[in-house]
Amino acid sequence: MTVLSPANLRRIGQQRRLLIGIVITVVIALVAIIGPWLAPYGENDIVGKPFTMEGSWLGTDYLGQDVWSRVLAGGGSILLISLLATALGMVLGIIIGVVAAYAGGWLDEAIMRLNDVALAFPQILLALLVLTAVDQPSWWMIVLLVGASHAPRVARLARGVALGIVSRDFVTAAEALGESRLRVIMAEVLPNMNAPLLAEAGLRLTYSIGIVAGIGFLGFATNPGAADWGQMINENRLALLVQPWGVLAPVIIIGIFTVGTNLMADGIAQLAGRGDG
Amino acid sequence: MSIVEETPDVEAGCTVADLRVALTGRNLDVVDEINIELRPGEVVGLVGESGSGKTTAGTALLAYSRRGAFIERGTVLFEGQDVLALPWEQIREIRGLKIAYVPQDPGAALNPAIRIGRQIVELLELHGIGTAEQRLQGARDGLREVGLPDDDEFLARYSHQLSGGQVQRVALAMAFLPRPKVLVLDEPTTGLDVTTQGMVLRTMGELCRSHRVAALYVTHDLAVVANIADRVAVMYAGRIIELGPRDAMFHQPAHPYTRALLDAIPHLSQARALIGIPGSTPGPGRRPSGCRFHDRCEYVQDRCRQTDPPDFQVGPDHTAKCLRVGEIGSWDINRGNTSDTDPNTDRDIILTVADLKVFYGRKEVVHGVSFDVAKAEVVALVGESGSGKTTISRCVGGLHKGWTGEVTFEGRPLGKGSRDRSAEDRKRIQYIFQNPYLSLNPRLTIQQIVSRPMELFGIAKGSAARDKVVELLDAVALGSTVLNLQTNRLSGGERQRVAIARALAAEPDLLVCDEITSALDVSVQGSIVALLENLRKTRRISMLFVTHNLALVRSIAARVQVLNAGELVESGFVVEVLDNPQQDYTKRLLSNSPAVD
Repeated sequence: MTVLSPANLRRIGQQRRLLIGIVITVVIALVAIIGPWLAPYGENDIVGKPFTMEGSWLGTDYLGQDVWSRVLAGGGSILLISLLATALGMVLGIIIGVVAAYAGGWLDEAIMRLNDVALAFPQILLALLVLTAVDQPSWWMIVLLVGASHAPRVARLARGVALGIVSRDFVTAAEALGESRLRVIMAEVLPNMNAPLLAEAGLRLTYSIGIVAGIGFLGFATNPGAADWGQMINENRLALLVQPWGVLAPVIIIGIFTVGTNLMADGIAQLAGRGDG
Repeated sequence: MSIVEETPDVEAGCTVADLRVALTGRNLDVVDEINIELRPGEVVGLVGESGSGKTTAGTALLAYSRRGAFIERGTVLFEGQDVLALPWEQIREIRGLKIAYVPQDPGAALNPAIRIGRQIVELLELHGIGTAEQRLQGARDGLREVGLPDDDEFLARYSHQLSGGQVQRVALAMAFLPRPKVLVLDEPTTGLDVTTQGMVLRTMGELCRSHRVAALYVTHDLAVVANIADRVAVMYAGRIIELGPRDAMFHQPAHPYTRALLDAIPHLSQARALIGIPGSTPGPGRRPSGCRFHDRCEYVQDRCRQTDPPDFQVGPDHTAKCLRVGEIGSWDINRGNTSDTDPNTDRDIILTVADLKVFYGRKEVVHGVSFDVAKAEVVALVGESGSGKTTISRCVGGLHKGWTGEVTFEGRPLGKGSRDRSAEDRKRIQYIFQNPYLSLNPRLTIQQIVSRPMELFGIAKGSAARDKVVELLDAVALGSTVLNLQTNRLSGGERQRVAIARALAAEPDLLVCDEITSALDVSVQGSIVALLENLRKTRRISMLFVTHNLALVRSIAARVQVLNAGELVESGFVVEVLDNPQQDYTKRLLSNSPAVD
């Protein structure tokens, strides 16, 4: 389980794509985390007339709030929600997929067919369905919904990877020794799935950001007044031709971040394809 | 004794001189100083262990090098031209037409979506040979030559509708069809059963001789070479270290490496105490200076470490790259012979298999097999692929549940799967897998792998377990330096030793060994067999040894069970069964098994 061993770190250094991806991701994450302290104005301060170039360098938004300050302040929630949703989706999906692959037979069949049903349901529809039904959506609901909608997709991949591992002799050897099923999964199967699962996590993070931002754009963000990249796009879209920065700034930063996480996922996949992961 | 002068023979089918293939970007040779002459109507066996560069040398004859390597210098003189100096358009003309290649895996070389007949005809079309009718006739003739049917029904088959041996013979037919002058065969019988292998080898030999083709047969199997080659070249670490006529090579080998290789291979007619070669073949970049074998050689002197040995003439047409040629005495092929197990010894039975029937789903694959294993005895299960030998061993090891019958261990009936067995039974019967690259978890360290059975069965814990691991690693000749390594740092032979150490960690009374040496080089196989023999004697461990190699059975086992299509054909003491086989099937296996003696 030594993902960060010196040898691995050296290999990561040699992989340009992965390195660039990590740098972008870390920089944007830092912006989101320490941004609120760097912002020249508060996220709800009125600094001038709406949709003008008053305030700091990106101008003002629909209420006359400073766009740059809101960009700096609005990343934390979206990143945190996306990250948690990804983690939840990965854990659920891995459990479903690995159990299905290891159990095999009718249990595998039943789990995976149910999974197919879940897959057929569009990701964002599920979220919207629930969010419209409750009065005041809270942030953990978004985490749960986005995470749950990832799970079947992760499960499919996890099962595919695990299938190639459970048939290997070292798993059979552990079974012949009489190891418990839980230990076979935890000690023999899971550690060998690191690389493809890491790559998948990167990809899922990208999707999470897209969905969370989308939910914000559609007006289901948890706190209507607070700065939020997705919500900002919605708030300022009317003045796209007059003061485009209110929309472009969050769009660009979301775009850069997804490119970063995608490069990272790609890099991990390449690294795994070349070495043994 | 003199240094050989290079005199290219114009009459020769093909002469390779001073060939060097190096890795791109780094000044490291894959093969170097390759000088060999292929004569018409003659088969030259190019033998080497994995990593010796034999395939690289073979494909260089077609002016081909794999990605990441390039042919740095040398000449391949063919019909008065240097093939390596030709532009690629002309090389394409020669490849397949005049210098043909038969790959290791014919299944991968035939297009699964094109019918056999069409594929053969296509080859002739590509080179623009003959008219449509002549091509079809040529395809039929070619198939007949290799002993395959030539009717329309066969021509219309796809490659998946043929057996492995048939596919290999189609590949041979395609190689011979354009009447090449030179043929390179890259381990074309690996993966085939001995009877099929025998057939393919005979066909190949006949075709080479009747069509006056100069053939280079690349292989790791000395026994195969002993049966088909006229001359033998032994490669080590990228160089041909000895080259000579077959009889001279097998009876008066001059190079210490050739001798060590011959010491490591089992004989069919006589039990031997096999001796492995310590260490492993060094790959490019890890090869020592001077004589490349010096770090593993038992006759090494200081000058061997410094001086690169040239070719020394040791007999007619027989050269060796060793400074100490002539100083190291003679060699006898019977060195290491021992006696077979005496059939009159008392047997203390610990495992009995009675009327074992095994099923995969509803299909019965083993039909009522019975045998037994005694204390400190090795019983071999022998048969061709599909004979059920591995299946039986998996049932005994508790890895396959679908069987009926009775398997009794020390009087207690054993449960079907490992989870149905008591911890005591699971501990005392240990299974070792065929492929050490798959049977060890790549994420764990050697110490974790070997100590796990001890923790599980409550034999030892913590530092006591660690001490025991060190002890076991010493017992399998690995040493404690590997303790904290992961398996990807080890060679195949070393991995198999770890697997054996893991099995021994449970302190078993019965080892079930499933083809445990078939993925390994002969020199490594020799040392593994020596290790098992030592364990049998010192720890009185019994073994059920699954193999397809009859010669190996002679050296390792006391008793043998010959299986065919899920039935027990013949069983008894090795000396009786191999010297005096009663059944036709056993006789056929024996006559087709390649042997050096």
